[in-house]
Amino acid sequence: MTGFPAKIGSRAVLERRNLQKLFDVLSTQGYRIIGPTVRDGVIAYGELSSVDDLPAGWTDEQEGAFYRLKKGEGNALFHYGTGPDSLKRFLYPPLVRLWKARREDSGFRIVEENDEPPKYAFIGVHPCDLHAVAIQDKVLMTGEYADPFYALRRRKVFVVAVNCVKAGGTCFCVSMKTGPKATAGFDLALTEILEEERHYLVAEIGSEAGASVLREIPHKEASASEQAAAEEAVAEAARRMGRVLDITGIRDLLYENLEHPFWDEAAHRCLTCGNCTMVCPTCFCTTVEDVTDLSGEVAARLRRWDSCFTGEFTYIHGGSVRASARSRYRQWLVHKLAAWLDQFGTLGCVGCGRCITWCPVGIDITAVARALREKKAAGLPAPAGTPEKQGDRHEHACR
Amino acid sequence: MGEKHKPKLAVWKFGSCAGCQLALLNLEDELLEIAGAVEIAYFLEASRAAVKGPYDLSLAEGSITTPHDAERIREVRRTSRYLVAIGACATGGGIQALRNFADADDFVRTVYATPKYIETLAESMPVSDHVHVDFELRGCPVNGRQLLELTSAFLHGRRPNIPTYSLCIECKQRQIPCVMVSKGTACLGPVTQAGCGALCPAHNRGCYGCFGPMETPNPEALSEQWKRLGLRDEEIVRAYRGFTAAAEAFKKESEAREKQAIQS
Repeated sequence: MTGFPAKIGSRAVLERRNLQKLFDVLSTQGYRIIGPTVRDGVIAYGELSSVDDLPAGWTDEQEGAFYRLKKGEGNALFHYGTGPDSLKRFLYPPLVRLWKARREDSGFRIVEENDEPPKYAFIGVHPCDLHAVAIQDKVLMTGEYADPFYALRRRKVFVVAVNCVKAGGTCFCVSMKTGPKATAGFDLALTEILEEERHYLVAEIGSEAGASVLREIPHKEASASEQAAAEEAVAEAARRMGRVLDITGIRDLLYENLEHPFWDEAAHRCLTCGNCTMVCPTCFCTTVEDVTDLSGEVAARLRRWDSCFTGEFTYIHGGSVRASARSRYRQWLVHKLAAWLDQFGTLGCVGCGRCITWCPVGIDITAVARALREKKAAGLPAPAGTPEKQGDRHEHACR
Repeated sequence: MGEKHKPKLAVWKFGSCAGCQLALLNLEDELLEIAGAVEIAYFLEASRAAVKGPYDLSLAEGSITTPHDAERIREVRRTSRYLVAIGACATGGGIQALRNFADADDFVRTVYATPKYIETLAESMPVSDHVHVDFELRGCPVNGRQLLELTSAFLHGRRPNIPTYSLCIECKQRQIPCVMVSKGTACLGPVTQAGCGALCPAHNRGCYGCFGPMETPNPEALSEQWKRLGLRDEEIVRAYRGFTAAAEAFKKESEAREKQAIQS
């Protein structure tokens, strides 16, 4: 360790052989380390005990409704596209008990629970997912309805981002301006470089916590050529991006075409299975369930991931507001690419491509947006002023 | 609660394998508690002692397959405050609904030495085809947890938390990678109701559709995807003709694919 001042914004180089030290330091500091690992035929986030759990030598191939684990180039650790999970699983888990109560003579008493959520260190987070976390922060930690459960998990997090040097087949972060290089929201950001004789990582320091962790790991200042190699690797990924989504005027395009017959076509293939919303790193909808045990002495309120593709989601007295696949699909897309902007000042899509890969029939958000733009440009009629109430009248046409 | 009369529970069997009744008996940790909370008035699988109706809650297992069944389920309905159909047979016709796609008399003639002793309906149908049911609990067999949830909800006058959405939501929540996307395995999950905990995908198999169609199924779009994965129409017909072959959405799709298979 030379006189290199490890401080925010500076770049260091770690040799691959010293990466285990990062795990050791984080473990010593009490973090539970979550990162990519090969499990059940995919590269997914899981708990890592050492650097050996990383997907060395593995990569993936992704297309609409298609994911295959493949042998990759050399022993690269981070040459994968996004897996089915994002940080959402850990920061905003699929099932949370909000409270538990016990019956008492004349009423009930809330049972105090002091389960501390784990302190997570995430390794190998792609820039798109960092943006997703920033979006969830905005949704879940600001305003009147901030979520204390999310905040409790979120505040303790340590993030080691990885700049993408391999573009996935379905992602489009360049269009969404969310990658392939991490610009904020990390403690350390790594760019992996594989050369014939050398395997190293260029580490950018993003926070004071990141700097102090780095100081405990053998490193040196990144040379100009090492920095250039990192820049070039990321630029290459940007050039090879699998998909494009033109977001110019996207909000108005969607708002102006809510009743376009095009939605029937898009919904015709939709299974309303909800996969897209489950894998989306920004989708945050949940439902609450009240449960009792058989004796009726104990009751609890559970919060579970929900989806705008389920009937229950918009069920009010008499039925679901959005009964058809058409209305559910449109709701999801218009929320992601238009209404989100009004609500939270940002789009709800980060271009990770998960909804394309994990849709069982491969419905492609970029193709849908493009088709709508083209139909609009071709002047195909959009029935003007159709009242929203009639949104479901195409239901039978979809089948 | 102590002095109040305990609700009377009855469990009935129709055309079925008794597996759903076993799912109830298999709730070993909770069975005594259930027996404490309700009066098990009629449950021949568990006890020969039978208490006369009326019953507060009747669980009916099995499909309606004979004229006698059809008469008996009407009697069960008459004597039950709440009637819940449990399992794939009672809610989707069961595997025996395969007869609905053929001539039942042919089977009778082929299988039985003296066909005239056999009295059977032409079709094996869900309970709801014959009488009004208050709730349907799906599955082959039903899931013990869901059965418990249903019983708790009934006892405390609340709505049971039984989702009607797709199996995929359960798979994703359990962090099971999609077998169709990651392995090219045909899976009925996207058109099937959740509830089993994604048992088959958790063991690297496609869903067999035991829980029947989800709330808004689109089997046509799923079949198109299966064709892209290389399945033939005959194979698709077989997949939909499993444990819930008489469920409307699956029946319709299997018939449509059968027509195509014959044409091609």
